[in-house]
Formats: sequence, structure tokens, C-alpha cells
Amino acid sequence: MTTITSAPSSFWKRNQLAIAPWLFLAPGMFMFGLYVIWPILQSIGISFYEWDGLGAKKWIGFANYVELMSDDSFYTSLKNNITWLVLYMLSVPLGLAIALFLNQTVAGIRLYKSLFFFPFVISQVVVGLIFTWFYAPNFGLLSGIIKTVTGSNVAILADDRLATYGVIAAGLWPQIAYVMILYLTGLNTINSEQIEAARMDGARGWNLLWNIIIPQLGPATFIAVVVTVIGALRSFDLISIMTRGGPYGSTRVLSYFMYEQALSEYGYRMGYGAAIAVVLFLIMMIFITAFVVRMLGDERNA
Amino acid sequence: MFPMPVQKAAPWVRVGYQILLPIALIAWLLPLLGVAVTSIRPAGDLAAGNYFGVPSYFAGVENYTAVFRDSPIGWYILNSFKITIPTVIGAVGISCLSGFALATYKFKANLWIFFLFVAGNFIPFQILMVPVRDFSVRTGMYDSIYGLILFHTAFQAGFCTLFMRNFIKGLPFALIESARVDGVTEWKIFRHIVLPLMRPAIAALSVLIFTFVWNDYFWATVMVQGQHAMPVTAGLYSLNGQWVAAWHLVSAGSIVAALPPVAMFFLMQKHFIAGLTLGATKG
Repeated sequence: MTTITSAPSSFWKRNQLAIAPWLFLAPGMFMFGLYVIWPILQSIGISFYEWDGLGAKKWIGFANYVELMSDDSFYTSLKNNITWLVLYMLSVPLGLAIALFLNQTVAGIRLYKSLFFFPFVISQVVVGLIFTWFYAPNFGLLSGIIKTVTGSNVAILADDRLATYGVIAAGLWPQIAYVMILYLTGLNTINSEQIEAARMDGARGWNLLWNIIIPQLGPATFIAVVVTVIGALRSFDLISIMTRGGPYGSTRVLSYFMYEQALSEYGYRMGYGAAIAVVLFLIMMIFITAFVVRMLGDERNA
Repeated sequence: MFPMPVQKAAPWVRVGYQILLPIALIAWLLPLLGVAVTSIRPAGDLAAGNYFGVPSYFAGVENYTAVFRDSPIGWYILNSFKITIPTVIGAVGISCLSGFALATYKFKANLWIFFLFVAGNFIPFQILMVPVRDFSVRTGMYDSIYGLILFHTAFQAGFCTLFMRNFIKGLPFALIESARVDGVTEWKIFRHIVLPLMRPAIAALSVLIFTFVWNDYFWATVMVQGQHAMPVTAGLYSLNGQWVAAWHLVSAGSIVAALPPVAMFFLMQKHFIAGLTLGATKG
């Protein structure tokens, strides 16, 4: 590659390895920059303005954030986000439990695994409608069951003390299915010699699970926690479908609150909405940074 | 294997497991089964208070016909396909290129660009909402399928790049190196050596992105206003408002909207699960 006479060809040949990656990256970086990276910066900028989305923007500094600090809806949303995050974590042990239950080799087990995974494949809109019906007072399946057992009628989604939990339960359904599939594949890659050795030493049941299996499932657990955290903080669809933030705004989370402020009948307050989005973004960045730092460690070791 | 295979356990455990499996499945899918049964229930049953019992007769044909005849759901489904298919092609195509770049070249910014794609993939949608909507309005793509296609393609490119890069990293690098020594151009290495080996990854990723984009609801509500460009997720929600208490129709509509990704999942099951775990565990 060193002694080539034609000049343009020699330039290309000499620098091919340096230029080629940028050519391959160009379409992806352009699209991702235009629709993801640049809008993040724009949103941060917009959060310092008062803007209805059409007219002129008016610079107001930190006023949106100051207003946010004294907005009750903001605290309700934040509290609900935390509730989502905590309860969503249940999908990790529950997903593991179902994966362990299904990790057998009886006839037809493949079909069972697929059917258990079903809730993750269908749209959250459909999940939301299904659960709205499931919870519906008088004729919903669940309230039917509750009525038979306790004798009283419960309207879960109309009760501001219960509604958030009702929506979270609906979200857990597909999330557990997702975690289950991660663990099922994780269980496939487990070192069976080590299990047999531990069994020889008399390890059984919980002991075996806790000391041998769970440590080996580390990578699957990590991914399960990441997708669960992201899923919890991204929750929007189910709230929009099942309660529209109600009753009395009690099921709002930051993502839905932001949407309401920026784009719905509550008024086109783009600047205020952007400020809410920035807060949510910063919360998520904590988790994203932790995730990326750990990936970086893995890359260095690889 | 953990837990202990039931074949090795006492006979009563084996039998018990076989009985427990279908019971657990029915309990797990109870909400879905309820909807499926409601979708074939005649309207009269609901009026008469027969919500849980056996439907008085099979009204599946009449309910599903009514859904397609009396609502634009067929149109919404067509829109969903028109949005989803170009997005899958675009995002997977772009990420074949960017994944190849990040997996096979050593340069300073490599890991930084990779992590930008990874991190961008996890951010909350709301931080993009106002600028992306504004950009689409200004470029005349608001309320059209093109705005959605371009946004989804760009956003999914992040996940796809992560996925493709990890997949190509797993290929034998010696193949590429020996081709370079032979003087094969970088493009030909990509086109004739690496791309043919990427088929399983392309299949897995396509199924995954199809379901992700098909099931999107948030962007459909942000970027589309009228019926003409509305995909089935947002469409179903607006129909739900019209079909107040007509649960047999809501149920039939839900089943119709869920069917394409479910069919995709069953046809390409192997790829789908390979996709979820490949993209996930190798990160």
C-alpha cells in the first residue's frame, strides 16, 4: 500500500481505514443527531422560555423551574414516578419465578413459554384497554371476583387511592413477561457442571438458587433491572389510555404531566412542558450513566 | 439444569406439574382470554348482564364484520403498515452501516459515538417531543406518515446500532483482516464478507423493530391529528371513545390491532427471542 504512483488513488488507499468508518457512520449519525441529540439540546433551551408553540418565544430564565417547585401536580407526578419505579421492580423476582417454573423440558413447553411471553408482544394500548375492562365496576372480571369474595363493589380506576396501583399492575403484566424471557435465556447459559457439583455437596432448593444460580444470572439481572427502570420512568401509554391522569390528577407521572402541559387542553405551554421533560431527563440520566459506566467496564475487560 | 427436571422427580410431582402448567397459563392470560371471549359475544349478552358466562351464541363474525364495516380500523391498520415497514427497512439498513463502522474500525471517538447511540436509546421521549413536533410542523411533515417514519427510523437507529455492533463484534475478525491484507476495499469487505453473515441479526432486529414501531402510541398522538395518517394504536383509542360501553366491539378491535405483531412473533419466534437476548445480554 505504500508505493503507489497515481496521486488520488494513493490518498484514498493511504487513508481508507481512517475515512471509511465516517462514511459508514454518516447516515446513522445524521439521523440520530437530527432527531435525538439536537432536540435534547433544543428542549433544554426551550425550558428557559415562555412559548405557546406558534408565536414568539419570550426569555424568562429559570421562571419555569421556579414555578415547577411550587406546583402540587409536579410533586404528585414525582411521587407517582417513584411508586412506579419501586413497584415495577417486582417484575424482576416475579419474572425470575415464572422463568424457573417454565424451565423444564416437558412436551409442549416451548409453546407455553411463547404464550407466557404474549403480554409483551401486544401494544400497551391494547393492554390498557384489556385492563380497563378487567377492572370495570359491575361487569369487569376482576371486580366480579372481588365482589364474590368481599361482597362489595370496587371501582379501582375511579378511586384516587387505588388508581395508580391499578395502572401499575397493568404495566407489570407485560414487564414480567419481558423479564421472564431474559431469565429463561439466562438459565440456558448456566454452567450445569457447577450445579451438579453443588448438588453433590448437598445444596438444595433456596440454598442452591441463592448461592449458585442467582450469581450466575448476574448479566440477565442487570439487563432486567435496566429495562425495568427505563420502562417504569417511561410509563405514559397506560396512563393515557386507562385514566388520562385522573381521577383528580392522582395518576399523573412526569411524562404524562409534561404532555398535558405542552399539548393538551390544559394549554400549549411548551416552555413549561420542556422544563418538566428536562427534570425527567436528568432523573433518567442518573440511571443511564450508571448503565453506560458499567458497559464501559465490560468493554475494557473484553 | 435448574430447577431439577421434573422427569427426575417423584411421579406425583411430574403429574402435578403437567396439571399446573395449563392452569397457570390460563390464570396468566385471564385478562386476554376475557377480551377474546367478549369479542365473540353478541351485544345482547352484555345488555342482559351475561358478562362472564358462555356466550349465548357465536357472534364473532358479526362483531368483527361490524368493526371493519363501521369504523376506519382497516384504514388505521394500513397506516400502521405504511409507517412500520419503511421504518424497519430504514433503521435496520442504517444500522448495518453504523454497526459495521463501530465494530470493525479502531478510532478515538469510537466508544464515545457508541455510547451516544446507547444512551440516546434510553432517554425519555418527552425531552424530544416539543422540538421534534416543531421540526415536523416546519418541514410540512406534521400529521403525515412521513414525519413518523423519519422519527422512528432515527430513534430506532440507536438501538439497532447497539445490536448490530455487538453482533458484528462476535464475528471472526480474522476474516476482515485477511481481506484487507489482500487489498479488498472496505466497501467490498462490508458488502461481500460481513453483510452475508449478518442475515440472522437482520432477521431478529426486523421482527423486534416491527413490534416496537407497530405498538408505538405516544408519537402517534404527538405527530398525527387526523384519521388519514393515524396508526392503529391511536386509532383504537379514539374508537374506544366512540364505542362507549360497546365492549364486544372494543374487544374485537383490540384483538385486530394486536394481531399483526402477534402473528409476526409466532412466525419468527426464534428470531424474536434471539433478538431480545442478543441486544440485551451482550451489551
